[in-house]
Amino acid sequence: MKKIHALLLTLIISLSVLLTGCGYQYKELNLRANYDKSLQGTTLTVYNWGEYISDGADGTIDVNKEFEKLTGIKVKYLTFESNETMYSQIKSGGISYDIIIPSDYMIERLRNENMLSKIDTSKLSNYDLIEDKYKNLFFDPNNEYSVPYNVGLVGIIYNEKLTGKDIKHSWDVLWDEKYKDMALNFSNPRDAFMTAQMLLGQDLNTLNKADWDAAAELLKQGKSNLQSYVMDEIFGKMETGEASVAPYYAGDYLTMLDTNPDLRFFYPQEGTNIFVDSVCIPKNAKNYDAAIKYINFLLEPDISTANAECLGYASPNTAVINNKDYCYYQNEILYPDESTLPKVQYYHDIDNEIRTYYETLWTKVKAY
Amino acid sequence: MKILSRIYIALIVLFLYAPIAVMVVFSFNSSSSVWVLEGFSTRWYEGLGNDTAMLNALKHTVIVAVLSAIISTVLGTAAAVGINAIRRKFSKKIIMSVTQIPMMNADIVTGISLMLLFIFFGKLIGLNESLGFGTVLIAHITFNLPYVILSVMPRLQQTDSHLAEAALDLGCPPLKAFFKVILPSISTGIITGFIMAFTLSLDDFVISYFTCGHYQTLPIVIFNMTKKSVKPDTYALSTLIFISVFVLMVLYNVLQTKSEKKHAS
Repeated sequence: MKKIHALLLTLIISLSVLLTGCGYQYKELNLRANYDKSLQGTTLTVYNWGEYISDGADGTIDVNKEFEKLTGIKVKYLTFESNETMYSQIKSGGISYDIIIPSDYMIERLRNENMLSKIDTSKLSNYDLIEDKYKNLFFDPNNEYSVPYNVGLVGIIYNEKLTGKDIKHSWDVLWDEKYKDMALNFSNPRDAFMTAQMLLGQDLNTLNKADWDAAAELLKQGKSNLQSYVMDEIFGKMETGEASVAPYYAGDYLTMLDTNPDLRFFYPQEGTNIFVDSVCIPKNAKNYDAAIKYINFLLEPDISTANAECLGYASPNTAVINNKDYCYYQNEILYPDESTLPKVQYYHDIDNEIRTYYETLWTKVKAY
Repeated sequence: MKILSRIYIALIVLFLYAPIAVMVVFSFNSSSSVWVLEGFSTRWYEGLGNDTAMLNALKHTVIVAVLSAIISTVLGTAAAVGINAIRRKFSKKIIMSVTQIPMMNADIVTGISLMLLFIFFGKLIGLNESLGFGTVLIAHITFNLPYVILSVMPRLQQTDSHLAEAALDLGCPPLKAFFKVILPSISTGIITGFIMAFTLSLDDFVISYFTCGHYQTLPIVIFNMTKKSVKPDTYALSTLIFISVFVLMVLYNVLQTKSEKKHAS
């Protein structure tokens, strides 16, 4: 009898986990645009971040498969793990891609080095769905080279049980002795410097070496207060309560919240960093027409919603934001009210000399 | 003393296998958290079936592993036979060292130099896109070869060279003598070489990373998941890979002890 109980319990637990999982369930696809099979038999090579598309797990939409079914174009889907890897792959020659999805500053660099093809947005019938505030951004002022795919904001996650409800909504919490040995910070230089730069009120893309020196000094001061510098380990440390405050992406906070309901989130008053990952077509693309079709397909309301739910970050697509079935519909974390959101800053493609400079400073901070 | 040595062994085994054991346990975790154990579930194994990107990469990995293992076994065996037949001791030694250097060489050096070679050669014959299935296969054959030679060589040295000569004296054509006399006596070496090559190719990351182009293999796809946190389906897949490698290694050891017994008797 006991065994049966245990078995039932396990079954219920595993089922409930399956049911609560956020995932845009597959229905009949409603499409806005028309897709024909004129390019049937050709191949489209897509180069995207790992785990960065709805791939059919748990009954969600398999975006690439749907596109193949609709157009007869074969999708060769490949992944990378950082903007820099993608850049070096394209730069090395020997490989060509039809679609890439880099982040803002990398698009700026690719564009400056003349490595992108122009995207004729008049051919994208779904382009009107993109929210205006994600158009004409610094890396593509005339919307000629990129179509926004995904948006992320950095904020601070804290464990209400450990810190108490009364917490200052500032980057200062990482320096606050109240949370000594319980605070985390990013382990990559650009993001770690960002936390200090925000506190100092600097421009994140400053070319003034004295600014970077000051930020490094501040990081050194705060180092003894930190538990450690982390990247992915933050999930575990925050979920288990091993750490109480940490800066990270809003979308990932929602993932952690599933495991630990005591976690809370805020955007620091000094402002924060925002990133936009956009779809681009490299100059040496072989199947430009199929790439245009694919971009239009990614903008489809159903497809965008499935992707937005899978990624868990914010979508730049109004059809997603206004979709009542979207599991993050009107989510205050992902879509904060513009009036309450502090100033956001993008990372730009920073001058090589400055990059080397702050990377050297970072090594010193780490060794401090 | 005996207890001490047992504890020592147990500690070593613990250090070697604890990470794998943890991964296997978490691959059966019902929650998507990779830190908190919640309950037993095989959902990650079931989910693998739907993950087309991952399955595609697995297919690539297996194809490259099987083909490169077969080709390098054939080439390596032929090379070993040839090297063994060299009369002059000095040149034999030199050639053996030359074949073994790639094995000692850092993977990253091999990977980058192969990539450069492929791109350079591709440009030479007017290819815009040189990296792909062919190049990753060649690369894998390249780093597999020394291992095959190294496992076939000792068997060849153990076989009596007069056996083949006797067959020839009795009127057997050389090729037939090779297949009927030499091959059976070195077969365990060939099989162990094949298995070594297969497992090496299966989990190679560094060299594939530089040479695969569009033909991404599984280790690369798993590595690329790091923008978002690693999900337990990767654990499930890694568990499956570990089990298959484990089975192969057991097989390899069983074969080796068998052949040693044979030689001893």
